[in-house]
Amino acid sequence: MDALLHQVLAGLATGGIYASVALALVMIYQATHHLNFAQGELAMFCTYLAWSLINAGFGYWPAFLLTVGLAFVLGVVIERVVVRPVENSPVLAVVVVFIGLLVILKSVTGWIYSYTIKTFPSPFPPAPLFGNKYMSSHEIGAIGITLVVLVLLYSFFRFTPLGLAMRAAAQNPASAKLVGIRVGWMLALGWGLAAAIGAVAGMMVAPIVFLDPNMMAGVLLYAFAAALVGGVDSPGGAVFGGFLVGVLENVLGAFVIGNELKLAVALVLIIGVLVVKPTGFFGTVHVTRV
Amino acid sequence: MAVLLQVSKLHAAYGPTRVLHGIDFALEEGSITALLGANGAGKTTTLRALCAMVQTSGEIRFDGARIDGRATEDIVRLGIAHVPDGRGTFVNLSTEENLRLGAYVRKDRQAVEQDFERVYAYFPRLKERRHQQAGTLSGGEQQMLAVSRALMLRPRLMLLDEPSFGLAPLIVREIFEIMRAINQSEKVSILLVEQNAAMALDLADRAYLIETGRVVLSGTSDEIKQDEAVRRSYLGY
Repeated sequence: MDALLHQVLAGLATGGIYASVALALVMIYQATHHLNFAQGELAMFCTYLAWSLINAGFGYWPAFLLTVGLAFVLGVVIERVVVRPVENSPVLAVVVVFIGLLVILKSVTGWIYSYTIKTFPSPFPPAPLFGNKYMSSHEIGAIGITLVVLVLLYSFFRFTPLGLAMRAAAQNPASAKLVGIRVGWMLALGWGLAAAIGAVAGMMVAPIVFLDPNMMAGVLLYAFAAALVGGVDSPGGAVFGGFLVGVLENVLGAFVIGNELKLAVALVLIIGVLVVKPTGFFGTVHVTRV
Repeated sequence: MAVLLQVSKLHAAYGPTRVLHGIDFALEEGSITALLGANGAGKTTTLRALCAMVQTSGEIRFDGARIDGRATEDIVRLGIAHVPDGRGTFVNLSTEENLRLGAYVRKDRQAVEQDFERVYAYFPRLKERRHQQAGTLSGGEQQMLAVSRALMLRPRLMLLDEPSFGLAPLIVREIFEIMRAINQSEKVSILLVEQNAAMALDLADRAYLIETGRVVLSGTSDEIKQDEAVRRSYLGY
């Protein structure tokens, strides 16, 4: 029983990270109807930036905030320079651009930082918080950070004029232009936010999986599964899916199928959702009149 | 009165399909001007052309300055509010959020808050439904919302695309009466596109008749009402 509880809680901790990446995927999907395959690599690259900053003598939290800012700028620049030109192209062209981005980010990181695995510090103390025996303080901290990110995002979209404009632009671009919203910039802003969330997720997962150019490959797969389980156009669903996938992955990996087959859980979930309920738990069914 | 909107030799096309073939018309400040015509004549396209939503050539002057070639988002900032074909509701947002978006480009935050009450006074039904998701409103309420959203801009010119479309006659009359009130008390100029020629001519000061992308007749509403051909084809008596 103790072991199970331990696995569930650890699953919640990694689930929070999947939830963040899934949220980033959903944000871009909502605005542009594209799945950003380079989301994980973008996060990985930003985590390396954080590592450089920390090694250059910055404290953890200044480096953390600076990285989030840099990630935001990087996201905006990528949208403006790389994604914008293929905005109205067929979906396959866009997918190729995303895969190109993925490969470029991964190789550039490997070229700059080499492929040897590095450790990444955790901002949380090594001793377990509150003397509990179930979760490390990094796991508790990662969940906390995820929740803070969620609350911030929710407040931004719910209560600020800019957040409202971004929702409007995602929903009905033609009408959004007619009230004066610069829709192109809203998309760039969405990319920036998604990259910033990804960077947070990267910095939270790096102490667990260690820093290497391939570190987000698995995370991205779980995040895809999470986004699909929750409904690919539902931010709340993505978060729910993230925690669910995290727990499932951990519990099944520990007790049922073993660690080697853990990634297969994500694949089974993806295929299962697509076959049985393509809209996920919270997605909307799109009805088109013919 | 001064001319607020002057359109000359306006052409427009959707890709290779040309829809407008050199339209000329003018709208006086403070007036209601109607564009009449059958389905497919190019009325909606004319409104879209004014807001740079289609490719155009020709000249569009607003308050003396050329606006053709400018982006839709910038044209809105000059005070031109477009109530589009199909109402353009943000269906997943609340009524209040839809209205707030109408004032998106305005900087005078306090006046915006007061303007909510102003539009609710015209359309009390919207106040009752302000927290409701806009997609769940009835067709008439969504049309009211579209007009109100345009009003939130405090526009100088409103472009209204078929406000009567698909609505019960009673609601149409209500909306038209409010349009008249808005025009008179707030000095908002209105360019109205309508298939319902009789109602449009009752409301408008001037009208232009468009057939297959060209203006074929223009004059004051009374002159147009007297025209033999218009009576037979569009007014049905």
